[in-house]
Amino acid sequence: MADPDGALPARRDVVDTVLGFARTLRHAGVTASPDRVESMLVALGALDVLDPGAVYWAGRLTLCAGPDDLDRYDAAFAVYFSGERPRAPRASGRPEVHLTTTAPLEPGSTGGDDDPEAPDLAVQASAEEVLRHRDVAQLTPAEREHLRRLFALLAPATPMRPSRRRRPSSQGSVHPARTVRRALRSGGEVTRLMRHRRQARPRRVVLLVDVSGSMAPYADALLRFAHAAVRARPVSTEVFTIGTRLTRVTREMRLRDPDKALAASGSAIPDWSGGTRLGEVLKAFLDRWGQRGTARGAVIVVCSDGWERGGTELLAAQMVRLRRLAHAVVWVNPHKGRSGYEPLTGGMQAALPSVDHFVSGHSMAAFEELTGVIQHA
Amino acid sequence: MLAPVSEPTVAPPAAELPGFAGPEELGAALEGTGYLPDEGLATAAYLALVMHRPLFLEGEAGVGKTALAHALARVTDRPIYRLQCYEGLEASQALYDWDFGRQLLHLRAAEAAHATQDTEKLEASLYDRRFLLARPLLQALEDSPSVLLVDEVDRADDEFEAFLLEVLSDFTISIPELGTVRAVTPPLVVLTSNRTREVHDALKRRCLYHWLQHPEFDREVAILRRRLPQVTEQLAREVARATAKLRTLDLLKPPGIAESMDWATALHTLGARDLDPDLAARTLGAVLKYREDTERVQSMARGALFGG
Repeated sequence: MADPDGALPARRDVVDTVLGFARTLRHAGVTASPDRVESMLVALGALDVLDPGAVYWAGRLTLCAGPDDLDRYDAAFAVYFSGERPRAPRASGRPEVHLTTTAPLEPGSTGGDDDPEAPDLAVQASAEEVLRHRDVAQLTPAEREHLRRLFALLAPATPMRPSRRRRPSSQGSVHPARTVRRALRSGGEVTRLMRHRRQARPRRVVLLVDVSGSMAPYADALLRFAHAAVRARPVSTEVFTIGTRLTRVTREMRLRDPDKALAASGSAIPDWSGGTRLGEVLKAFLDRWGQRGTARGAVIVVCSDGWERGGTELLAAQMVRLRRLAHAVVWVNPHKGRSGYEPLTGGMQAALPSVDHFVSGHSMAAFEELTGVIQHA
Repeated sequence: MLAPVSEPTVAPPAAELPGFAGPEELGAALEGTGYLPDEGLATAAYLALVMHRPLFLEGEAGVGKTALAHALARVTDRPIYRLQCYEGLEASQALYDWDFGRQLLHLRAAEAAHATQDTEKLEASLYDRRFLLARPLLQALEDSPSVLLVDEVDRADDEFEAFLLEVLSDFTISIPELGTVRAVTPPLVVLTSNRTREVHDALKRRCLYHWLQHPEFDREVAILRRRLPQVTEQLAREVARATAKLRTLDLLKPPGIAESMDWATALHTLGARDLDPDLAARTLGAVLKYREDTERVQSMARGALFGG
């Protein structure tokens, strides 16, 4: 490690400028932690401080942590130093995520969270059983509030797959290191072969939750289900919302408190209750995430009613592509829970040939069933 | 090879002059080896060298992430050690391993010589440096200064990241039976990732982060000309133009610079001096690696893609 004191420019205003810039950057949504800022100062010490190009690169190389940060960095740099950035660093402009300040998570149930008048349903044990089977779209705000507590009890079990990593075990192949160490104890005589074998690892689960207008009554419940899944396996679970665009909300979902996680996700989702472009958004998911590895060998859970605005050829093609990459594709359609439901929407018919498990996701009981489907997918 | 194995002592890494005055000079040196970096990449490599920070490179497949490490090894005249990551990669494959076969033979020999009475001495002789097999990370620290390429770190699992973190933060490896190995000069570390998985923030925080993208047209032509001197200027320009066009088509796998080099080589091998539409169609396998992509491009009007 280079000694920061030695490399730091002695001029105080450089430090102040960089600290101010880091603050601007944090407002723009880049983490820019203090140790990264320190790295930037060290980097500046090695470069020419008066060259805007050098300042730009020193900051970009040390403060950014991923491609998503780069656009924000460029914008913040342009604003803060109010000059042109040296050159356009990225040819393909990615659409910026527009943040909304309010999260209309549940249209129609305003102020349900803190309503003191809400009757306490916790005492009604039999009501709970009924509630488990009720369609979440038809609940009163109070019932919904109670159901939220039930989500905390949901323990999604994870599907497992064999790992390439081995653990000491009584069966399996010979573990040379432990065998020799053991032989040493008996003066170099191999008296017993020590063994190890493969362990199991959680398989990745990817949830794609439709947040378009037609899914609005179920989106809250589905996102709560997603939150429970992320809380159970934070590393091997990914959550995206789909609508007119793709939004990754895994980071927001990792917050411990479900309400905070949902509020954070809500403000990250720009297309809440908008239209649906399933085919296009699925393609965006596969291009940017799925094909690189997120979908490979994973259990993909698509939560949508399959309501597609445009033609369905694109959706059908993307579903075939998804099916080839994934270990299993589960489609959750809340409308399936209604009696007499037939998958007649064009999107649903296009998707079904590539779906392994077609389940309903309209009530607590259906969610419990869904955890079983995911586990054994 | 004498092992710089020592007791755990606090020895500050010797400050070594990088030998390059600034990013421009390093960039020029890299160009001398046939690797043409842009301003950002040259700055990143220079800072990695001066700050002793690992360089974390992300970008599409085939944009020259691995090639940069090899070019850096050439310009700094250091040996390069490459660790290809994969799931289940263990310490015994990345750091070091004991040569169990020889250890057992040694035990047998000691037994034959009736020297097994003093177990402590026997054990010390068993865990000697000569029975230690150095794997890439240990090799890179022992053979200092060196270049360490940790390729496709996103393919390794998070358990591996944890001990990579330990090695990269203070460039030491502690071997319980022997002591601590410390690099005299920290190696120049290049980590590459294709983003199949999000690498943990703790690892990224210790690194300089750079996102590599497809080169611009002029740079791509220059790279093709430099790496493939046998290819005509005309062919290089037309291949670069067609590849750039292919990248805008929203394909399943847009071709990288590695693919355009393959394509130019294939066309040259078939005797092309410029991008002949017939030859281009026959050699599409060098640039496009998905049946769907090939079908789409072949169904397009040839003039649209390969015409001037």
